[in-house]
Parts: sequence; C-alpha cells; structure tokens
Amino acid sequence: MTMESVVPPETSDAEIEGPRLEAVLADTWATAPGFWGALSTVDHKIIGRRYILTAFVFLALGGILAMLMRLQLAAPEARLIGADRYNQIFTMHGANMMFLFAVPVMEAMAVYLVPLMVGTRNIAFPRLNAFSYWIYLAGGLMLWIAFALDMGPDVGWFAYVPLSGPQYGAGKRADIWAQMITFTEVSALAVSVEIVVTVFKQRAPGMTLDRIPLFVWSMLITSFLVIMAMPAIMIASSTLILDRLVGTHFYNPAEGGDVLLWQHLFWFFGHPEVYIIFLPAVGMVSTLTATFARRPVFGYLALVMALIATGILAFGLWVHHMFVTGLPRLGESFFTASSMAIAIPAGVQIFCWIATLWDGKPQFKTPLLFVIGFIVTFVIGGLTGVMVASVPFDTQVHDTYFVVAHFHYVLIGGAVFPLLGGIYYWFPKITGRMMSERLGIWTFWLIFIGFNLTFFPMHILGLEGMPRRIYTYQPDLPWHGLNLFVSTSAAILASGFLLFFIDALRSARVGEPSGPNPWHAPTLEWATASPPPSYNFARIPVVNGRYSLWEQPNELAVADGLRVDRRELVVTSLAAADPEARESSPRNSIWPFWAAIATTVTLIWSIFSPWAVVWGPIPVAVALIGWFWPKRVPEDEA
Amino acid sequence: MRFVLLLACIVMLSGCEREERQLRLDPPVADALNKIRLMPIGIAGAPPEIYFALHRPYEANAYNLNQGKRLYAWFGCSSCHADGQGGTGPSFLDGWWLYGPEMVSIFASIRDGRPHGMPAFRDKMTADQIWQLAGYVQTIGAYSARTAAPSRNDDKQTRPAENRAPAAILFDQGPSPVHADQGPTP
Amino acid sequence: MRREIRRSLPGLACLLLAGCGGWQSAMDAHGTSAASLKQLIILIVVVCSVVWMLVMIALIRALSRERAPRTAPVDVDAERVRRMSVFISAAVAATVIVISGFTVTSFFATRRLSVAGPDDLTVKVSGLQWWWNVQYFGATPAENFQTANEIHIPVGRNVRFQLEGDDVIHSFWVPSLAGKQDLIPGRPNELSVRAERAGIYRGQCAEFCGMQHAHMAFFVIAEPQADFDRWAEMQRQPAAQPADSEAAAGQQAFLSKPCAACHSVRGTAATGTSGPDLTHVGSRKTIAAGLFDTTRGSLAAWIADPQTLKPGNNMPMVTLSRDELLSVSAYLASLK
Repeated sequence: MTMESVVPPETSDAEIEGPRLEAVLADTWATAPGFWGALSTVDHKIIGRRYILTAFVFLALGGILAMLMRLQLAAPEARLIGADRYNQIFTMHGANMMFLFAVPVMEAMAVYLVPLMVGTRNIAFPRLNAFSYWIYLAGGLMLWIAFALDMGPDVGWFAYVPLSGPQYGAGKRADIWAQMITFTEVSALAVSVEIVVTVFKQRAPGMTLDRIPLFVWSMLITSFLVIMAMPAIMIASSTLILDRLVGTHFYNPAEGGDVLLWQHLFWFFGHPEVYIIFLPAVGMVSTLTATFARRPVFGYLALVMALIATGILAFGLWVHHMFVTGLPRLGESFFTASSMAIAIPAGVQIFCWIATLWDGKPQFKTPLLFVIGFIVTFVIGGLTGVMVASVPFDTQVHDTYFVVAHFHYVLIGGAVFPLLGGIYYWFPKITGRMMSERLGIWTFWLIFIGFNLTFFPMHILGLEGMPRRIYTYQPDLPWHGLNLFVSTSAAILASGFLLFFIDALRSARVGEPSGPNPWHAPTLEWATASPPPSYNFARIPVVNGRYSLWEQPNELAVADGLRVDRRELVVTSLAAADPEARESSPRNSIWPFWAAIATTVTLIWSIFSPWAVVWGPIPVAVALIGWFWPKRVPEDEA
Repeated sequence: MRFVLLLACIVMLSGCEREERQLRLDPPVADALNKIRLMPIGIAGAPPEIYFALHRPYEANAYNLNQGKRLYAWFGCSSCHADGQGGTGPSFLDGWWLYGPEMVSIFASIRDGRPHGMPAFRDKMTADQIWQLAGYVQTIGAYSARTAAPSRNDDKQTRPAENRAPAAILFDQGPSPVHADQGPTP
Repeated sequence: MRREIRRSLPGLACLLLAGCGGWQSAMDAHGTSAASLKQLIILIVVVCSVVWMLVMIALIRALSRERAPRTAPVDVDAERVRRMSVFISAAVAATVIVISGFTVTSFFATRRLSVAGPDDLTVKVSGLQWWWNVQYFGATPAENFQTANEIHIPVGRNVRFQLEGDDVIHSFWVPSLAGKQDLIPGRPNELSVRAERAGIYRGQCAEFCGMQHAHMAFFVIAEPQADFDRWAEMQRQPAAQPADSEAAAGQQAFLSKPCAACHSVRGTAATGTSGPDLTHVGSRKTIAAGLFDTTRGSLAAWIADPQTLKPGNNMPMVTLSRDELLSVSAYLASLK
C-alpha cells in the first residue's frame, strides 16, 4: 500500500482524479501476491483466464485421444489399441470435449468478458465464481486420473443403461463418469447464475435491454438453458450412482424401472447441451462480424429473437436422438417437425450475418476468416441436422459415422471455429499482446482444410454402413480406404491446432503490444486498458447506444459516485438499466477453495460409500461457515 | 500437498488392480492356477504360488467378480442355492460356511463337488472361471462390504446387493448359539 | 503406423476392385423400405446441397462485391436496410417452405415404412453380448428351431422381426434391407422387412453394447421360397451324427469338455443355452458373429484362442490337447 492509495473512509470517486483514483482502485480491488493470494482471488478476469487456459488444456488432451482413435482406425483389424482401452478412449474423448472443454470454455469466455462488456467491476457472486472454477478443475482431474489408472469410463459419453448399470458396468468406471457430471454441472450452474445476475442487475447505466451486446445476450440465453437443462442430467447421473451403489431400481425393468427413462433424461439435457455450446459461439460470430464488417450487425432484434427461439425450441427436440428406440411413430413425427423448425432461427442468423458482411466493408483479419469458415461449415452441419431430424432418414444414419460427421460439423464448425476467432479477437484484451496475423492465417487454413478433409468423408462412411463407436472393422468391408484418408487428414487438422497453441503461447510473451482497442471495436470491453486493470473501469461508463465506442469515438460518458476505499459497483434496473443502488462486492477469500476441496472429497467418496453423504457435508458446512462468516465491516452486511 | 500426493498414491495402488481387465490367461498360468493344495479334510489349504504372484486377482478385482456373477447365473448355481438364500443346497447368507470361507475351499467345492449333491464343475468350467465364480460366491456371504463387489442385477431383487454385504444384514444366529439350520451334514 | 498403412494398401486395392457397392450400405438398397429410404435420402441430400450452394453464392457475393466507401461504421443507409430486410424475409420464407416440405415428406415416408401388409414369416432375434440368437417358429413347438448370427428369409415376402434385448441395448441394422431398430431390455420392438432381390446382406449392431460392439455382425440371406423351405427343413433336423472316427472323437471331446456346458447341439447331450446353438454350425457362413468364414481352420483357431481373436467375449479359453482341438474342429465343421 503506497501513500498515494491511502484515502479517508467513504471517499467517492468524484473526489479524486486520474492516477490517484487508479492507484486507490487498484489497491482496493487487488489480488494478494503469492500462492495463497492466487488461491483466494475473486477477480473474474484471473478466474476467467484460468478457466480458459484449463479448458484449452483439456482440448489438447481430448485432441490427443482423437488422434489415437484415428491411428487405430486407419487400418482394419489394427491391434494398436485394444477394445477395452479404445472404449475408454472414445468415452473420454466425448465426455472430455463436451463437459470439460466445450461448455466450460464458453462459460469461461463469459466469465472474462461479460462483466467487461456490460461495464461493471466484477461478476456477481465472485466467490461462487472462484468455487466453480475449483470444482471444475477437480472434476477434470478426477476423470483424467481415473483414466490413467485404467478406471476411465468405458460406456460412451451418453452412458446408456443397462450397459452402464450395476450388472454390466463392472467396477467404478461408470461412477467416475456420473460423478464427473456432478462436478462440471455444479460449476456450470454456478457460473450461469452469476451471469444471469450480472447481466440483469449490473449493466452500466443506460444499457437498456435493446443495447446489450449480442455476445452478452447469447450468454444470458445460454445461462438459462444451463439452469433448465442441467438438473435433468444431475438427476440422471445421481440416480445411476444410486442404482449402482445402493441398489435402487430406477433403470431396472424387472422391478418397475425403465431403461428408456435414462435416455429421456439424458437427452432432455443432451440436446440443449448442443445449444449451450452453440449459442455463445453465435454471440461471438455476431460480435466479430460487426467489428470486422465495420458495420452494426444487421437485424439486432431478429438475432436476439432467434437466440430466444433457439433456446426455447432446444427443449422440444430431445426425442430425435431416440428415433430408433421404438417410440410411437406419430410422436416421433412431432419431434421431426420441431427439430426441423430450429432451422428457421438458424437461417435467420446466417442471413443476417451475410447481410452484415454484404453491407459492411469486411477486413479479412484472422477472426473474420474463422467467421467465414464457420458459416461455410456450420451450414453443412445445420443441413445434415435437418437430414437426421427426419425419422426415416435417421433410421439409416443413426449411430453411424454420418452422425459423427454431422455433430463435428456443428460443434467444431459451429462452435470451435467462432471460439478460435474469438480467441484471436480477444487475445489482445486478455494479454495486452496481439497474436501473429501470419501464423493466424496459416492456422485458419490448416484447420479449415484439415477439418473438412477429416469429417466430410465420414458422411459417406456412415451411408456405407459404418457404425459409430467400433474399435475396429473387418478387412472385407469397403471402409478402409476412406478411413485411412480420414486419419491422414486428421494429421493436418491436428497440425493446425498445434500451430494455434504455439502461436498463443508465443504471442502471450513476445507478441506485439496491442493498446486498448486494436480492432477499433465498438463494445465496452475495449474502453479500458489491455489487459484490464483489476477494477476494470476507473469510472463506470454510461451507455446511450449499442455500439458505444463507435457512437462516442472521442470520449465515453462516465458516471461517478462510487466509493473507492471498498469494492463497490452499480446495481441497475432490469429493463432500463437505471442506476438503483451502490452495491458492495465481496473481497478475496480462501474459503471457496476449501469448500471446493471439501465438496470434492464428499463427491468422490460417495462413489464408494453411501456414508459419504452422511459425513461429507460436515467439512463442507465448515467451509461454508467460514465463507459466510460476518466480518463486522459494512461491506459484508450490504 | 504431501497429503494429496499420498492420497493419490493410495488411489493408484488400489485403482490399478481393482479395475484391470485380464481377459486372457496364458495356458501355463491357467494350468498353474488349477494346482491348489487342499488340507486332507477338504477344508482350507493354500492356493498356488501363482495366485499370489498375480496379486490375488479374484478377490478384489471388479471385472473378475462381475464375471463370476455372470457365471453364477449361466451355470445354474441358483437352481440349488437360489440368490444365495439356499434351497436344496446350503445358503450363503446365513453366516455359516460348511467348508469355511477361504477362496481355496470354495474353489475346491466348485471344481470337485461335495457330498450331498454338489456336483463337480471340473469338466464344465475352466480354472479361470472357477476362480471368478469362487470370488463372487465369497462376496455373497461377506460380512463386510467390498467396494469392488458387484451391485444388484437387472432382475427381481430377493436380497441386498453383494456390495452391501448381504450376509452381515441377513445373518441371523437365532435364539441359541448353535445354528438350527446348517444344511446337511457333510 | 507404417505397418498399419502397409497392411491397408491391399485393402485399398480391394476397395477399388469392389467398386462402391458394399454389402452393408444404405445406398445399396435391396429391401422395400431400404429402397424408399434411399430415394428419400437422395432427395433430401440434393435439396440440401442446392440450399448450401445458394448460401455460399450469397456469402461469396457479400464478401467480394465492389462497394462504395463509407464514412463511419454506424452510418447505415435506411433504404438499403429495407431492401435487405425484404431479401432476408424471402430467404426465411424459403427456409420454412423447404423444411415444411421435408417434414411432410418424411411423415409420409414413415407411414409407408410402418404399414407393410400382412406378415408371411415371424423371426425372433435376441441381441446378446456379442452375438445374435435367432429363433424360427413352426406350426408346432417341435418345429421350432434356433440358429445364430445368420438369418434366412424368403425373397419378396414380408418378414417380421421380433427384437428383444436380453442383456444391454443393441440395435438391429441391415442397411440394404431397412433402417435400424433398437433391441431394448424390457421393451420388445418389431421391424418388418421385405427383400426385393436374393442375396447376402450384412448387418451389424449399431448401438454401443460394450467391449466387442465392433464384432457383432450377422448376415441376412434372402433366397427364393423353395430354397428357404429346404433350408428351414434342414435346420429343423437334429445334428448330423459323426461320419468318421475323427468326427466321432471330436463329438466325444466336445461333450466331455466345458463346450457342452454353454452350447447346444440338438440330438446330443450338449444342451447349454448361454452360447450360440451349434446344431448346424457347419452350414453357417461365418462364426463368432461374422468374424471369420466357417472353415475347419477358423473353427480350430477360434476354439484355441477366442480371447485373442475377440478380446473380452464370453467364450473362455479351454485347454485342449492337439488331437482334441483337431477332432473338435472337424466335428463342428461337419455339422452341416
């Protein structure tokens, strides 16, 4: 604490100026140095950065698994990987990519960006945010350590009973999967609640609902999807553990249970899950398109409505994963119609982006390349999605490589491409340094070409009858040529990702300094330094349009009146974003970390013994008491 | 930190052997596994050296126990022993082992048969399978739960699952210390 | 990796020779439903390709067109916005029309698939880890018989498959004849097929069912009614008695070793039910759920080391002497 940063209590930011204001704020919002400081921080930017980094580590690990699978499938009856290990590998690949990479990385981007984009100083419930990261990390570690111990789940990322049930799933492998769900869902639910509250109550004054940046809109809808979809899978995974551990009969037909109940619960979550991954990407695309077309994105209202429509329809499609289970035909036709209907909001979005590019003046930087790559591949993925939505069509391609191709087009083309574009775009904001444009172009083309060469042939393999999840195939089947081709192409794709990682690691150290707004972008996160200071904004910005930095290019209007000697932020009204109150924001605390450790012990223990549910909550309760212990200072009473 | 490392080591040691799936035994190993040394009275004895060299794979390995459960159904054990409650054959749940609870005794009972109706499965199963089945039968009559033991079947339930130590729950010594219903005398 | 590639090179040549047919392909349709599915697939794929190309043309035009310089990003021409809105509305309307068309088409295609007329034959298929049990029903129970991994059906007749999962979920799929249908424990399903042309059609389990999901194939052999009747009559007979001394020794070994505890050979003391029925195993095209062609050599190899050839399957490695192995394989191969 320097002399400069000492101020009398209840000093307002109206009373001090310039460097002194910044020094005082930096002191108030600082993260303590050292190991314990790092564990106790509640700064959304530090936690967001950790989240992003961890998610990309899991992406790399999942990618290695994918390459192992492609090596095994390159030749018929290869003996590189045995059946048992292969089943673990494809299960790990799916579970890791969905639960440890795709959802968390989108949440992570939101944790970092949403508070900046809405012009506030920290995310709502910052300690919960810290807790969610530790829980996520613990779940990921548990899954990967189990895999290293030959204890990795081998029942598919969907873990259908009875294969994952007590009779056919020997050992604790399926329990590891089910408990990993609990970890990641707790963390995703926590982040979603934070984002909803941040967006609803902490927007900068003047940021009415129709001025919210589209990425923030998409994260808001995504958060609601998480809040409504995740409970289904938590119920499913918990009942599975109960069936396996204490012999309940949720999925035992002989005692009145039903194996199809599992599929309903799983896909009631599983389909919205796709949109939980896809909608944030859509928000990124809208953001990037506007910036690089140098034009406000066309059809703001249409895009927001499309997001909401997608979010609602997402809950009416789950049965299209179950078209061959023998459900009543008429009911299935309803789900065909609803699955097809989701093409309408998707179409609206695509057309609006093309219109934006049409009317704007596109600057072909790496992020925009990824957006274009996204449109090209996502339209294919969307159209094959329309195909599998048709019941009769689906009976031929369900559970074949056609579906593998389809969802990789949707998830990589539809979500990872925009994410990579987003990383190239926000990298300067996060690190203060630019990524290499030259390497970026190489990365894009390697990934784009590698991706299409890898996954397009899989459509054909599927129509030729190759089922999913097989660890090998016999030489007399006509699949090996294409499989070898696919495996070779996968190497191109992998090299693209490798280049991306190299570029990111290199640029973080020696990249060209970027300045606050290298892309001349319009949204609020670019109104502060890169990387942003711990307090985000020295004074809270005031918004009077959707594209603040384009509309007020010279100087942003700001509000003052917040105290600087303690953590304070502005709470605004839900629709009009009128300032309502000054709210204190929690200080750093180590207790979220201990709470996460206690929760982790309880959850892992409960795989092995039901007594964990009795004794485990005691340390959790102790940690929570520490977390909420009143400090007799006003901010904790606020 | 050190505590975490220690915990990780423990998990690793137990994890590896618990979950490993040994699908194929080399014929000499399978042969050696058949060579148990039984006491002259037919109760207790020593398993072959190889049994220990393999780290007693049939007692705590989840896959082998699960396979044992399948064999229990496939080889019709339940026609005499029901789900463990017993019928024409003795119960596994009443807390009494006619030939003792050791793996070797159970192995010998299955392989060579016993008086009063227990047939020999020597010509019906391989040594590997008999060991798997013996390990499973032992969990039915276990007093303390084993985490590697299988759980319920997808079937009608007549007793608590093996991983909940049914014998400990159902064991009923009765009014006098001598069990009234020990089954037929050997 | 090198070795894998080298090993697959002959395979590549085979592929070129075999052409694009393939005997397990949705595009190689020889069943009534598969044929109509193929038409539907082609229709939808063509329409979707056109849609994709139109979107790509719009995208390329949007990116490459000449444009006048604009002053500030937020400077938007209202007239142009109005015109673009009209275009977008038209495109959305076109989307609605296309997907409505798809919905109606697939609704009627579904109806066509499910009303197939009266059945001429009912076959019960049970999915087990990792093989298929197939039961045929005659007029009297005495005429019932079962086989494994091979289903014969008469050409041009409606055949109803009763599908039951006896352990975990499997999926019955013969792409050349019809779409797939799951076999779910506790929920019997049915699937009607009709083969339009005689032939051998490969099918495979399409729902992940554990360790050997990859090796759970079967064959549907569609043949003229007369051939089918002859085959069924032959299958109803008990197993052939050993013709020579080697086969007799094989039978002896088969019955005295663990084999008979799991397998049935009708007409002998072997009555096990947990493994496939072997009464006419020699007449089947393949063994071990499509893994090998049935020859005496492959039978011997399979019996000698099932866990290396299909790791994790439920057949144990039974220790047999050299002579026993030879005679048992001779005996099984002789069970035509």
